[in-house]
Amino acid sequence: MAEARFVVRHAGAQVSVQDGGRKRQMRFGVPWSGPMDRKALVMANLAIGNARDAAGIEVSVGGLVLDCVAGEMGFGVAGGGFAVDLAGQAMGSWAVATIRAGQSLTLRAGPWGSWTYLSFAGVMLAETWLGSAATHALSGFGGGLLTAGQKITIADARITPPRRLTCPVWARARHQCHVVLGPQDQYFDTTPLLTDPFHLTDAYDRMGVRLRGPLLPHDALHIPSEPILRGSVQVSGDGVATVLLADHQTTGGYPKIATMLSDDVDGFVQLRPRDPVRFSAISAEQAVQMARFRARVFAQYLAAMAG
Amino acid sequence: MVTFGDEISETIHANVQHLDRALAAAPFAGLIEAIPAYASLLVDFDPVVTDHATVTGHLRSLCDAPGTAGATPVLHEVRVCYDTARDLAEVARRTGLSEDAVIAAHLAGDYRVFMYGFAPGYAYLGGVPAPLHLDRKPTPVRGVPAGSVIIAGSQCLVTTLTMPTGWWVIGHSPTRILTGNSTRPFLFDVGDKVAFRRISLAEFDNG
Repeated sequence: MAEARFVVRHAGAQVSVQDGGRKRQMRFGVPWSGPMDRKALVMANLAIGNARDAAGIEVSVGGLVLDCVAGEMGFGVAGGGFAVDLAGQAMGSWAVATIRAGQSLTLRAGPWGSWTYLSFAGVMLAETWLGSAATHALSGFGGGLLTAGQKITIADARITPPRRLTCPVWARARHQCHVVLGPQDQYFDTTPLLTDPFHLTDAYDRMGVRLRGPLLPHDALHIPSEPILRGSVQVSGDGVATVLLADHQTTGGYPKIATMLSDDVDGFVQLRPRDPVRFSAISAEQAVQMARFRARVFAQYLAAMAG
Repeated sequence: MVTFGDEISETIHANVQHLDRALAAAPFAGLIEAIPAYASLLVDFDPVVTDHATVTGHLRSLCDAPGTAGATPVLHEVRVCYDTARDLAEVARRTGLSEDAVIAAHLAGDYRVFMYGFAPGYAYLGGVPAPLHLDRKPTPVRGVPAGSVIIAGSQCLVTTLTMPTGWWVIGHSPTRILTGNSTRPFLFDVGDKVAFRRISLAEFDNG
């Protein structure tokens, strides 16, 4: 079978192997991990005919440079607005192309976005834990963080027709996010959360991002630790809000003022430190309706892309 | 999220376990997963398949149904070496006990797995005897190695990763909570019992 091989020339911080995630193990303290922008990895995978949850590389603003040392293979890039160079030529930041031995592929931060996804037309060989190659950054379990000098092998490498992909409006960085208040909103005055702008800070990694904005004081310091989800807006004792993300701790004792609409989290993570974000409250019923509408829109986009 | 109370108690946790077991026996369409904690059960569902009203109705009927006898909790032995623990002397000083009395009290505890949380395999055990109850340290200590046996308040935990912690390190265990066995990757189920057995430094060094 055809094989393509790469050597990592440069990998910035937080560049890791990710697949669809380590699902349904939260009762054992294991978050789902997987891509920060889940829809982007699905798009990168389906664009080249992979399974939607296949393992690829999540590239941070720290960037990635790969040297292809053997074989030839199609690949897809989707998510964010990164600058992508193939063999020294700029290509679209959302595209499918072919790379051959002797060529290099460079992905680096572009005009917007915090994460982009590189999918390989073939099977990326990676370490798995509990059946998933998703990297849990805190433990290093799964395929792991990429480091310079590392070799990457793609089995069953295929060529796919090159083409441009369109970045849909809903895949852009999301400055307006919907939240459902609770489960501990009763401890707060929620007005500042819903009226004032917040900004992302540099305290941003795969576990979560701390926000700068009005303080959200509370005296709920003795809640027995309870489960949390990706998108939980947790407020520490000093009134500072943190949005929990892909590698979040699975439980916590700080109160959660709100939970972000799951579908909005993919766009929220494409914001960068110092970007503003505003929150608007919707009811649980409205969240269900919105989730269904968004799921239909996403399915239509994927069908058109495959078609 | 189903909340049964706002404190850590055996009674409240029994309600959490009852609903968790009943839901596992009678899942609804669209259930993603249920996550038990001290006083609450988080039930995650797919909003494309179901909605809050349907899920709430299903959970309410399970809560109202008579409790099925729970599975008999399994008793696990966890080996612990107290000989090189960094905080044993300080725990003795703060509790007014001798180091040997701290060890004896820790070994005498009746431990149960209340939940997993924080990070993979972090099983929160309740049942630390009252004389050993201490608040956390004001500042976490970095680089506490995997396998550390740590206590805070009524809780005890055997760490699985090298991480900072504000809990008190009173021992080290070669027993692996992350078993490395793909059919049973985690040693405990929530509700299981745990007994600690003291081992020598020589036995610890042999794994």
